[in-house]
Amino acid sequence: MFHLMPYRDLPDDFEKRYHSVWVDPPFHELSTPEKAGQFYNWTLDELIHAAKAGMDGVCVNEHHQNAYGNMPGPNLMGSVLARATAGTDVAIVQMGATLPTTQPPIRVAEEYAMLDCISGGRLVAGMPLGSPMDANLCYGITPIEQRERYYEAHDLILKAWQSREVFPWNGKYTQLPMVNLWPRPVQQPHPPVWVPGSGSLSTWDFAVQHDHCYCFLSYFGSKLAKGVMDGFWEFVGKSERDSNPYRAGFLQLLVVSETDARAEEEYYPHIRYFYDKCLHIAPEFAAPPGHQDYRSLVNTMKKQFKDVRSMRDELPNFTFKDFVDKGFVIAGSPATVRDQLQEAIKDLRVGNLMVLLHIGSMPHELTLKNIDLFSREVLPHVRDLWDNEWENRWWPESLRAMRALPAEAVPAGGAS
Amino acid sequence: MVTTQDRTLTTWRDEIETRVKTAGAGPPVVFLHGAYGLQWDPFLDNLSESHTVYAPEHPGTTPGAPDALKPLDNLWDLVLYYYELFDELGLDAPAVIGHSFGGMVAAEIAATNPERVNKLVLIDPIGLWRDDQPVRNWMTTSFGDLPKYLFADQNLPIAQMMTAAARMTNLSDEQMDMQIQIMWSAACTGKFVWPIPDKGLKKRIHRIQAPTLIIWGRQDGIAPPIYAEEFAQRIKNARVELIDNAGHVPQMEQLQQVSGLVSDFLRS
Repeated sequence: MFHLMPYRDLPDDFEKRYHSVWVDPPFHELSTPEKAGQFYNWTLDELIHAAKAGMDGVCVNEHHQNAYGNMPGPNLMGSVLARATAGTDVAIVQMGATLPTTQPPIRVAEEYAMLDCISGGRLVAGMPLGSPMDANLCYGITPIEQRERYYEAHDLILKAWQSREVFPWNGKYTQLPMVNLWPRPVQQPHPPVWVPGSGSLSTWDFAVQHDHCYCFLSYFGSKLAKGVMDGFWEFVGKSERDSNPYRAGFLQLLVVSETDARAEEEYYPHIRYFYDKCLHIAPEFAAPPGHQDYRSLVNTMKKQFKDVRSMRDELPNFTFKDFVDKGFVIAGSPATVRDQLQEAIKDLRVGNLMVLLHIGSMPHELTLKNIDLFSREVLPHVRDLWDNEWENRWWPESLRAMRALPAEAVPAGGAS
Repeated sequence: MVTTQDRTLTTWRDEIETRVKTAGAGPPVVFLHGAYGLQWDPFLDNLSESHTVYAPEHPGTTPGAPDALKPLDNLWDLVLYYYELFDELGLDAPAVIGHSFGGMVAAEIAATNPERVNKLVLIDPIGLWRDDQPVRNWMTTSFGDLPKYLFADQNLPIAQMMTAAARMTNLSDEQMDMQIQIMWSAACTGKFVWPIPDKGLKKRIHRIQAPTLIIWGRQDGIAPPIYAEEFAQRIKNARVELIDNAGHVPQMEQLQQVSGLVSDFLRS
């Protein structure tokens, strides 16, 4: 289960009154530290509940200065999760600490090693490039240098985890006289690495070259993702790598209720909240010059400009049915969700599925219900779709054996 | 409009090719463009009536050569690169005019080696910073809002065109290419000033020896005109001219006045 930890209590007219959900929304007008504390604890409880309910992994990520995702320090959350799931077979998926904004980047190597030690080798090491809002606006990274910084940080982290010798690192962005990491990760030669991306060719190339798992993080569903993932698999096909579906990950918004009609009734306002408010990002913050290299810029402008602008115009009018029909959200009764999800997984050929079970303003109790229904009624039917043919080489080795289903699902509220 | 010639020069151990537009005859003057790339405009036409104008394109901004920026890591590299470019052009100590981002680069060149610049014209330059009057970050300002900060007159055709383009859901190939060119130019220049255009000029600017003319649009919404004084008080031999009814690009909005001031200054 993936949790963004959005701020759950934005005013109804937020998107009309405020410029952007990211970078410049005023904290004191919109929130209080006490509310933030409540949301952190709910979020942790929801993820721990998900772990107990039978989910294979729990997943958090990093964002700054925003009401879209409130975890500037994902490893603080990961640390609580690693401890609270001690002795279980649940992976701690950090998606993760952002490489170009962590200076020096061995901080990521250290904290991930700590998490791997605390969890007994259950870490999945996500290595995000960082959104423009986070990296360029909030953390001041020069856009045109961001990707190069990322590559250098990645190489440093991998070497720091594996080198038996103390070594000097003479990089363009980081110089360290004697790298000698304490502690080292449990998993050898290193924890599995997942690389989140949004469809750019440079990221495919990087993930495939290093044999990492490529995760396409989209909020626009499996149907629009099809083009991207087909492109990815075609790219893999031209490389030396196999077509193991676990080489790819995908993020899916998903809500389950007793019936399709109840799903609409219970979840639609929160889906609306997510697309209207959580994604209310000032376009100029999302694309500062240089964030994309020249080829990607040309590609995006020529191929996506029209789609993006028309999507921006159409989204506010989407009904619940539109969201479901277009696959942005998989929603409905357990049977409906099972069918849609199986189709999406097969269609995209993804082994590592991240499900966003808390969406926008969803309250705590409803989130627990969604987690329970998904874990009990849906997960057992999709978990082993690829297992007859392929091994998940991008999963902590000690957790790869097929997981037994929980004897009984934890009742809603049981973890709070 | 005068006919310009393109020259392509190779510098930096053959790693950087630079296109330089030139026109006119007379004493040499180098023009360094702003963040959005080089537009040969009527101001440069006027200038070329009395001078040989050299207008280099900042590395990476020349169409077809987006990677030319890669060998230059930082501002120090960029300044040294310009000395090499002056050498290749056979310019010992030309007059240098810099606009906006180019103004900062011109000031850096003149401060680092005062012997390489004999006169300096800074048109709405960036490069200094006041917390109480911050320079607006043009790279994070929406395209549709930019005219408000760039121009005094919102009815200018270019202001209208930019505002309209920001609202369109479909762009012609020509408009698309222009947007890509503008975005990429801002990326290549932004490399040296992100996220705040205060990269140490304040520590070096006192070294400038060249007589300096500072021109500023009174309605500049990017770099407020208060910065004219900030520059002037740090340069030994500087004079300020504030231009009415002009924003960040006074050489466009008040062409004849600015052309006159510059040519008088260069002749004096």
